[in-house]
Amino acid sequence: MLTKRIIPCLDIKDGRTVKGVNFVDLLDAGDPVELAAAYARQGADELVFLDISATNEKRKTFSSLVKKIASHVNIPFTVGGGISTVDDVAPLLDAGADKVSINSSAVNNPGLIDQLAKTFGSQFVVLAIDAKQVDNGWEIHSHGGKIPTGKKLFSWAKEGQERGAGEILFTSMDHDGTKRGFANDLLKKLNDLVHIPVIASGGAGASFHFAEVFTLGNADAALAASVFHFGEIKIPELKLFLKNHQVPVRL
Amino acid sequence: MKVAVIKYNAGNIRSVAFALERLSVEFDITDNAEDIKKADKVIFPGVGEASTTMHYLKEKKLSQLIIDLKQPVLGICLGMQLMCSHSEENDTPCLGIFEETVRQFAYRKDFKVPHMGWNSLTETKGWLESGLEDQFVYFVHSYYIDVNPYTVAVTDYNKPFSAAMKKDNFYAVQFHPEKSAKAGEVVLDLFLKVS
Repeated sequence: MLTKRIIPCLDIKDGRTVKGVNFVDLLDAGDPVELAAAYARQGADELVFLDISATNEKRKTFSSLVKKIASHVNIPFTVGGGISTVDDVAPLLDAGADKVSINSSAVNNPGLIDQLAKTFGSQFVVLAIDAKQVDNGWEIHSHGGKIPTGKKLFSWAKEGQERGAGEILFTSMDHDGTKRGFANDLLKKLNDLVHIPVIASGGAGASFHFAEVFTLGNADAALAASVFHFGEIKIPELKLFLKNHQVPVRL
Repeated sequence: MKVAVIKYNAGNIRSVAFALERLSVEFDITDNAEDIKKADKVIFPGVGEASTTMHYLKEKKLSQLIIDLKQPVLGICLGMQLMCSHSEENDTPCLGIFEETVRQFAYRKDFKVPHMGWNSLTETKGWLESGLEDQFVYFVHSYYIDVNPYTVAVTDYNKPFSAAMKKDNFYAVQFHPEKSAKAGEVVLDLFLKVS
């Protein structure tokens, strides 16, 4: 049986792991290669690395980091941050990344999804979507959640799938950093709408939140950062908890 | 022992190379016919689209070369699919080593396509007999091969399909052993040990 995936997310700045709380304050949480290998040993199913370095110079450091991660880690991983062209992707895949995630650049240039899917295959393309509830639905925000785009969640998710995205990484900005659970009702609707896998992000604070996002939200995978980095939730214990709550997991 | 990893436009060559490095195996990534022919083992990786890849393999004169190989050959993911007779992916004639058809997963409620993530191996036999029953391995694919006489491991997604196959010197896996943690290392190790 296909299992539900647990995905720690590592934000990388200048080669170090950081976690944005509500996308603003940053705290240092360790060496990415060591942290990645430790997560793989603990039973993480996949990893996501988001490069939040500000300059192109620092991004070059990122692809050498990707190579180090790929040589040490025997589970799939996605990299994202600062990808705006097909040319940005080739060195990352060459370094051993399994998938790339795109966010703001896809909002600004939706054709990028088609180009990446055509060049590298849909399975390489993760469309990351940050959205916030507004009066008449959920609005996409770009640039780390700072810029409202006027695009609506459901139509954008559907468009992304049709353009060739292989997976959606959805973050509810209203839930991110709150540690009060994922946006389960919304995730259920999103999962009914698209046929590609959906990774839920934003709101993890306790093990039962993961059980909820899989059973109520129908998510295929759940992503979290600080609860894992600071040891508030340990992956082996989380997986046992999920198993005991009839959620299929890899043990 | 020397392993040749067939170099072509497959997306997972780097990951396969890192996995072999972790197993301390000597290998070459090559599209040179002589080097491939004289290797002890050959790995035929694959991530991508069937028709473009078959076109590329023919252009590089690699398709007949693969069919004619006599040493153990391991096809991974698209590599396994291309070893079959035909793929529904853009109606592509393939290498014809396994007389099987590669079919597309039908969209159905609660069954996302691609089949992406960790799923378990069952009914393991032959070269995968030792220690892999009920183990989880990592899959990413939208096309599959039905269970057939060559099947040596079965996985269930909406229906049972071939997770692994074997015919003569040809070995094949639909999942990614290079990304399947410990279980994947066991699979690669078993292939490296076959004679």
